[in-house]
Amino acid sequence: MTTVGNSKPGVLRATTTRGGNPAPIRRKPAPRLRYALTVALFLLPSALPLLFFTIVPMVSAFWISLNQWNLVGSMKWVGLDNYARLVTDPGTQGAFLHTVYYIVGYLPLVYVGGLAIALALNARIKGRSMLRGLYFLPVVTSWIVVALVWRWLLNPSTGIVNWLLGLIGIAGPGWWTDPAWSMPAIILASAWKDLGFVMVILLAGLQAIPEELYEAATVDGAGPWRRLFSITLPMLSPSTFFVIVLSLINGFQVFDQVYAMTGGGPNNSSQVVVQQIYDLTFRYGRAGEASALSWLLFLFILIITLIQVRGQKKWVNYA
Amino acid sequence: MRKHPRLIALNVLVVAGAAVMVFPFLWAFVTSISPGAGLSATPQLIPENPSLSAYAELLQRLPFVQIVLNSLILAILTTVFQLATSSLAAYVFSRMPFKGRNAVFAVYLATMMVPLQVLVVPLFVEMKSLGLIDTYLGVLLPGVASAFGVFLLRQAMNSVPTDLDQAATLDGAGHFRIFGLIILPLVRPALATLTVFAFLNSWNSFLWPLIILRTPAMKTLPVALAALQGQYTTQWDIVMAGSVVSVLPMLALYIFTQKYIIQGVAGTGLK
Repeated sequence: MTTVGNSKPGVLRATTTRGGNPAPIRRKPAPRLRYALTVALFLLPSALPLLFFTIVPMVSAFWISLNQWNLVGSMKWVGLDNYARLVTDPGTQGAFLHTVYYIVGYLPLVYVGGLAIALALNARIKGRSMLRGLYFLPVVTSWIVVALVWRWLLNPSTGIVNWLLGLIGIAGPGWWTDPAWSMPAIILASAWKDLGFVMVILLAGLQAIPEELYEAATVDGAGPWRRLFSITLPMLSPSTFFVIVLSLINGFQVFDQVYAMTGGGPNNSSQVVVQQIYDLTFRYGRAGEASALSWLLFLFILIITLIQVRGQKKWVNYA
Repeated sequence: MRKHPRLIALNVLVVAGAAVMVFPFLWAFVTSISPGAGLSATPQLIPENPSLSAYAELLQRLPFVQIVLNSLILAILTTVFQLATSSLAAYVFSRMPFKGRNAVFAVYLATMMVPLQVLVVPLFVEMKSLGLIDTYLGVLLPGVASAFGVFLLRQAMNSVPTDLDQAATLDGAGHFRIFGLIILPLVRPALATLTVFAFLNSWNSFLWPLIILRTPAMKTLPVALAALQGQYTTQWDIVMAGSVVSVLPMLALYIFTQKYIIQGVAGTGLK
């Protein structure tokens, strides 16, 4: 008779008895311990790096933020002074404002553009999978290349964008040399890069909308715009929600393209929060303030994300 | 296909849009083979004297081959480590219940929320005390595990029916065999998606390598490119040559893995 041991995970023994003679039971050494060891062996390769390179630094960033410190000397405890100073510092306020400016400019551009392309590429168009591939191409390119190429395209005197604008009689702006245009230049390059990403997310959402809804609406006499606002957009709300949450999280962390296109200039006109963190740490050696700013940014993103997750019930429709 | 004027207009618009997406790449290439680009205010759409001199100059001024290799090796190692660490952890979260497992998984997910910027200063200090500043190991270590990877693979493993591994258990297979011989082969598409994401992220990563690498020959491609711009501020042909070289491997990879990338991205937006 063979009985399979209880179904406790990892505890699985066959006990064989024949003719009353207890067969030699091959007992595995302490199965519970063995199971625990297996779990540990599987988990530790990821748990240890996450612990030492994410969780510990996260906590120590908070510790550093309570001190005055230039990365080499000894720390001086200042409590919440760094936070107090940052909140009233015009440079930091400017960096937050510019970051918000970036998001406010970027998000509508990338969403409306991505939606338009997704709608178009969801229609029966020849070669649409190749076209999708082309729109997605900038997504796989590094921010640095995108920033360099756009800096070149938007070169005020020799860039092709201003040259083309000149052909139709418009005097192109100074872009990254003009404080009024540095942020629009960064927004333009960023939207160009991310358009394909948003398109793919929305396309996946579009493909999940049942065709019958449109058929029924058409029978009821709804035109294309009515169908867009009454069916497509409500049905796309989960994808829209995802795009907005992700764009906000990424938007507050904008850095690579700013660093490579303007370095925060001219005249601090495109200084964003992460550029400020970088400058505070590695240019001015003010690690305490940099860490405090990092934590402020993190809390800011967390609160905004939580507000969105809470608010989603009002408009996101998971059918 | 019906010839509908609306559809034709749509076609034209979509193709024009695609041209806008591709043009910057083409223009970067044209610039890279136009010596002295940027000196004249009238861009030359077809270069008068096309030449590869900018590429030659790039090779001369930078240890360019070395820099490409740096990026490549770091990206490959990061990918291999992330695949290994993530799949092992995902297996536990999908197949090996234990007390407090959900809490541990929640902590994993929470680390996804932490922006790199918050970690930059203490990570730098940590690497300094470990003597890992300006080393490849220092660049590599923070990226060997990925909570996103664990999440992605766990989702895939959860959709594998448990009958299969229960049958294997009855046949006497342990967790190592079930993991390696049953589960891993069945989640290949998810592994492919993670491979592409991990490689892309590492190849394109900037802030962390910028902070930790000092020796010019040790730098990765994005960091070297950003530095190049500062050095040759007016020599756009050289800067664009560097950009072209850094896009080409990605382009090649992209052509072969487009399906996985687009599926992977599309999948992340679905509930």
